[in-house]
Amino acid sequence: MAAISFQSVSKTFTNARGTFTALDQVSFDIQAGEFFGLLGPNGAGKTTLISILAGLLKSSSGAIRVHDLDVQTQSQQVRKLLGVVPQELVFDPFFSVREALKFQSGYFGVTGNDAWIDELLDNLGLADKANHNMRQLSGGMKRRVLVAQALVHKPPVIVLDEPTAGVDVELRQTLWQFIARLNREGHTVLLTTHYLEEAEALCSRIAMLKLGKVVALDNTSTLLKNASSNVLRFKLDAQLPPELAAQARVTGRIVQFPANDAAQIEHYLAAVRSAGLVAEDVEIRKADLEDVFLDVMGANA
Amino acid sequence: MTGWRALFYKEVLRFWKVSAQTIAAPVLTALLYMLIFGHLLEGKVTVYESVGYTSFLVPGLVMMSVLQNAFANSSSSMVQSKMMGNLVFILLTPLGHWSWFAAYVLAAVVRGFAVGLGVLLVTMWFAPLSAVAPLWIVVFALLGASMLGTLGLIAGLWADKFDQMSSFQNFLITPMTFLSGVFYSIHSLPPFWQQVSHFNPFFYMIDGFRYGFFGVSDVSPWISLALVGGANLIVVGIALHLLRTGYKIRG
Repeated sequence: MAAISFQSVSKTFTNARGTFTALDQVSFDIQAGEFFGLLGPNGAGKTTLISILAGLLKSSSGAIRVHDLDVQTQSQQVRKLLGVVPQELVFDPFFSVREALKFQSGYFGVTGNDAWIDELLDNLGLADKANHNMRQLSGGMKRRVLVAQALVHKPPVIVLDEPTAGVDVELRQTLWQFIARLNREGHTVLLTTHYLEEAEALCSRIAMLKLGKVVALDNTSTLLKNASSNVLRFKLDAQLPPELAAQARVTGRIVQFPANDAAQIEHYLAAVRSAGLVAEDVEIRKADLEDVFLDVMGANA
Repeated sequence: MTGWRALFYKEVLRFWKVSAQTIAAPVLTALLYMLIFGHLLEGKVTVYESVGYTSFLVPGLVMMSVLQNAFANSSSSMVQSKMMGNLVFILLTPLGHWSWFAAYVLAAVVRGFAVGLGVLLVTMWFAPLSAVAPLWIVVFALLGASMLGTLGLIAGLWADKFDQMSSFQNFLITPMTFLSGVFYSIHSLPPFWQQVSHFNPFFYMIDGFRYGFFGVSDVSPWISLALVGGANLIVVGIALHLLRTGYKIRG
């Protein structure tokens, strides 16, 4: 049985400017116990898909099932199975961290879970903030509380919508250690993120969305294998000639070319030299998920 | 506490934590009305033969405070949670529309009663006050508070912004409470305005509530009970429908 099954999910929004298709026949399954990554550029439909899963939005057509329960018709049972960390940094300014967590447990019908709440506070580095009002917390701390709120009822399926956007390195480390532990203990995890190295490190399987469509769906290792195997990377103080720049990925001074073999590497370096430019800090590295991502997104342009 | 009771407790704690603003301030406002109107009009306005003007004013001020604060509680909580985005914490839970309704409206009733009791405590010393039919007092306070709490919930769901909310309050709720006979008996109005007042459901709440204190009223308390009860059923039906369909809260 799939933990989450997306079945031809479509969503169109209608406003004064016309209709906009946010999701177009999205179908894939996430197995119980998986750590699954949902990637895509801004506006690809990731948050829309998660909102429909969480019951915050209704799909225009198609269905989503969680542990074989329908999110529309069996919404109350489904919501007990889900722990959703919303992308927006929201909080209730009237309450302390512990109050917020106790109320959230109560909504789910859970009481006497103080030990688990303390464990959440400890693992997310919130123990000394438990009695602080939400307003007194920094952005990163508020983000941790959002994660804790999603986990108070020990949901078997954890959904994280860009939980590390704008968050410091320390929280990312603590958060991923804790989420990885929950995953090892059997919780299914669905993650959307902009940090591709995070997805590469954590997710066993990945779906990529573009303009509301699934454009890639595979094991992370297979996706990496299928991409161009190497990347030639160097620094340059001047502009690349346009015909070369079209094949490269340029980030400030850093220039990167996809390269499968020695001949290609020689070809690019020779082209740079004959343009009268000097490449510095030349290195050849393994392709990573970011390369795969840009390949996939580019190929479907 | 679990389920709707957790949400109810959250809603009560929310106004309790800022009780200077949510309880003390409206009690002070009612006290000012009592000082000014009671002082100016005592002996000059005769509403009922058996009841002095200041005594007449006390139940009116109490009920007006109950109604306005019940409305303010559910409406401001809902519109604030929508604007701040923290309504998502409740939207993600298995709580159904009955739970939402019970929690928001009961918390509004508690706020209305807390303020109403405060107003009663500070104004009852100004004039002799009787309670000839306490059951009517409780019934009308309960029905009035729950109806305004429900209206507040509807307004909170409907409003997208604070200014829409305050239009609802300033152009509908406040005029209807002021024009319902808090400060006068509608029998002192010209015939046309007497007729108009009979279409104001707030008039029946205050009239029936006052009957509980003095045993006299503009219309029979049974008629008021029927009309206020009927109006309650209508707004409860609307509120439950909006919650069940996720009006403006689930896209």
